Amino acid sequence: MNKPLRRIAIFCGLLVLALLVRANWLQYVEAEKLNTHDKNRRVLIERYAAERGNIIVDGKPITGSVKTDSADFAYKRTYVNGPMWAPVTGYASQVFGANQLEKLEDGILTGNSDQLFFDRTMAMFTGDKKKGGNVVTTLNGAAQTAAFKGLGSKKGAVAAIDPKTGKILALASTPSYDPGAFAGSATADEKAWATLSSKDNKEKPMLNRALREVYPPGSVFKVVTAAAALEHGKVDDINAKTDTEEPYILPNTRTPMKNMVTGCEDASLKFALQISCNSVFAKLGDEVGKDKMLETVKKFGFNNDELDTPVRAAMSRYNETMDRPGNALSSIGQFDTATTPLQMAMVAAAIANDGKLMKPYMVDQLVAPNLDVISQTKPQEMSRPLSSENAQLVRDMMENVVENGGGRKAALGGGVKVGGKTGTAQHGEKNSKRPYAWFISYAMTDDGSPVAVAVVVEDSGASREDISGGGLAAPIAKDVMKAVLDSRR
Amino acid sequence: MSVVTNTTTIGAIDAPSRRNTELMLLGLAVAIAVFAYVNVGLAIDGKLPAGVFGYTAGITLLAAVAHLVVRKFAKYADPLLLPLAVVLNGIGLVMIWRLDQSKRLIRRAEAAWGSFSPDAPKQMLYSAIGIALFVGVLLLLKDHRILQRYTYISMAVALVLLALPMFFPARNGARIWISLGPINIQPGEFAKIIIAVFFSGYLMVKRDALALASRRFLGLYLPRGRDLGPILVVWAMSILILVFETDLGTSLLFFGMFVIMLYVATERTSWIVFGLLMSAAGAVGVASVSPHVGARVDAWLDPFGCATAACEQVSNSIMSFGAGGTLGTGLGQGNSDLIGFATNSDFILATVGEEFGLAGMMAFLLLYGLIVERGIRTALAARDPFGKLLAIGLSGAFAIQVFVVAGGVMGLIPLTGMTMPFVAAGGSSVIANWALIAILIRISDTARRPAPAPAPSPDAEMTQVVRP
Repeated sequence: MNKPLRRIAIFCGLLVLALLVRANWLQYVEAEKLNTHDKNRRVLIERYAAERGNIIVDGKPITGSVKTDSADFAYKRTYVNGPMWAPVTGYASQVFGANQLEKLEDGILTGNSDQLFFDRTMAMFTGDKKKGGNVVTTLNGAAQTAAFKGLGSKKGAVAAIDPKTGKILALASTPSYDPGAFAGSATADEKAWATLSSKDNKEKPMLNRALREVYPPGSVFKVVTAAAALEHGKVDDINAKTDTEEPYILPNTRTPMKNMVTGCEDASLKFALQISCNSVFAKLGDEVGKDKMLETVKKFGFNNDELDTPVRAAMSRYNETMDRPGNALSSIGQFDTATTPLQMAMVAAAIANDGKLMKPYMVDQLVAPNLDVISQTKPQEMSRPLSSENAQLVRDMMENVVENGGGRKAALGGGVKVGGKTGTAQHGEKNSKRPYAWFISYAMTDDGSPVAVAVVVEDSGASREDISGGGLAAPIAKDVMKAVLDSRR
Repeated sequence: MSVVTNTTTIGAIDAPSRRNTELMLLGLAVAIAVFAYVNVGLAIDGKLPAGVFGYTAGITLLAAVAHLVVRKFAKYADPLLLPLAVVLNGIGLVMIWRLDQSKRLIRRAEAAWGSFSPDAPKQMLYSAIGIALFVGVLLLLKDHRILQRYTYISMAVALVLLALPMFFPARNGARIWISLGPINIQPGEFAKIIIAVFFSGYLMVKRDALALASRRFLGLYLPRGRDLGPILVVWAMSILILVFETDLGTSLLFFGMFVIMLYVATERTSWIVFGLLMSAAGAVGVASVSPHVGARVDAWLDPFGCATAACEQVSNSIMSFGAGGTLGTGLGQGNSDLIGFATNSDFILATVGEEFGLAGMMAFLLLYGLIVERGIRTALAARDPFGKLLAIGLSGAFAIQVFVVAGGVMGLIPLTGMTMPFVAAGGSSVIANWALIAILIRISDTARRPAPAPAPSPDAEMTQVVRP
């Protein structure tokens, strides 16, 4: 009976071998795939297993972590002043995932990034607990507070940039939400998430309006048209009379271009911007032509769908395929033109920075748990939409708007020059919806401009440009600029 | 058998008993288990677990009792079987204790039944009962050949044991339990041993008839109908178990064991062909009829693609193995408890895979492989056909059980819901497997015992005395 016994022994050996091969297959070959499988809860457990690193503003964390008694997640994300900072931080929820900085810098915050390999290895030897690194932002707490308070209960957004570097100083969006409300995995968190993220929630609190929503810019876009006209030599003297008839008929149509104000006939460019003549700028845009308008707006950052701050901004658009009247309408910020508040802040920043547009960014440094700086963002020039001389000319016009036009409420005084432009963007079928109030501006000191701001307020309730853009949005811009200037002293 | 006292020309040298080897290995086995226990405590709480002395004392005592009984009553037994069983049982206890600490499982239990009771103390008790049975077998069973007398009684007992769960309610989809008040018994585990006894007795008697009285057909030796009868009965029985108790594992185990024993007894390959054909037909037939088995097959084919409980368990188990990677997360630091309620029974191997990693997993599988290897070696060494058949039957059953469970948990074959011998939580399994080891030890003792010395010849004695 020994011969079959030996065969059975081989058979049993094969059974064990099959198990060994399977173990190797699962644990060596397939391990990586299994560990990153989206049904694998360990990914989430790991993310909240240790204290998460923090997002830092002005040297102070605006996030935190608390220990929970959950079986799966040791720590829960907390937020300091969550609603105010939500457009910057995004959220990190045990159940509902993460977005914005919390997601993009997840590797650093959890400590799992390859950049932290050395720290992890050291911690293994010293027996330290794994810790996450910090993300140091470029934001300015005072400016953010001013923006958030200024918007108050209104629906809208503010973006502020340091024109010289491209540092984002404020990024506010209202109505906002508290990312801490659904950071955990309790029933309350689920309810909060359901309410906030519901499609029926007309307030859309989780929409980051400063980066991710595009609005028709209305009259604030005239600044771009003015810059394009100067750049392409259509206007040399901003004080010279333009050859604009009243009423101006849109090219190839019989539609007259309406002006909200009187005195636009043959108005100079400077005066036309001061009182915000539609006719002058529509005509100017038509003279520049679609192609050259496009050249300039692209330099300002339009039609770029990969603008990363590192949170990607929605694409601001200037239609590339429209006809002549469409281009004329687009030149005054109507028709298909749409832009994010960040984009308009970039326009103001480029003008304030002598025509040089710096790439906007909000992460200054990534810091290891031991406070070593892992990466430092260097300011980067994005483009030069207009020459230094032309930038100076546009500033003349914008400062005139604040001194004599609709932007008076943004004036700061005290030796600080402010340039701005109001806007009221009508939208909806036959402009039936309540218009958006816009204001873009920059502050200028002796050593250049420290801040450029764009403010948009939805549902402003007033239709006249001066009242809405200048009345509602300008004071917010003023507070933000003042906060930046004050924090510099 | 100490010193040669007679003066025959055949000088018998005492076979080494290897009891000291066994003692040394036992020491190692206990040390490994205790070390693992301390390791879990340190990993979970950062301090020595409170039960460390109790556990060390308990497992040392059990190992010592078992060793002393073997030393006294089965002196020539294989020295590896006992230490292998002790190390597996010891680590199993540690893993169960480790899973008792899982917050997830505690909350799940509290949500489902309102309270949580740790399984480790129960398992310690079962292990003690298992060792007691081990001792009992070695004390009572002086010679395994006595079991031959109980061939047909064994068959009756096995059939009753297998049929009993049909009268008790199903649990988690399988009808494999009998409940007597607070005691739950899985009779299949015991039936495994008893049926091996029956097969050995039956085949020992019928092997010549089965092997020789056959007709050649298509290159295969077809046995006579009256010899084929019992095989068909066993096949039908395993199918019935499968249908009524939805217990794929047990029927596979019995059938595989019977085919192995038939093959060894008759030395005819045709039996294996029949066996495979019949089991394949049975399995496919039942898989397509029973929804419970069907769900398991679906879960095996695509563990991530379906949403049934079986899928969730298998996919979580596979992810556990993946999470372990090459070196494992370390004891107490894995998340195998995500698998849910069967984590410490059917799926305990996933915890081994996750926390010991591939390295530990291979070592673990090799420990089982070694037990099987020692069992087959015992079968080879056994001098009587009954002992050979019994040893190969038990070792084969053990090997199939390990393969079926581990393969199911690792997604190699459909999940069948059996327990990993010695490691999984569950009294029946631990107790029955200790009995199984005891029988193997008894057979190996008989096999390795030196042949009794011939009686001294008075004549030889006479001629020896030469006096000047």
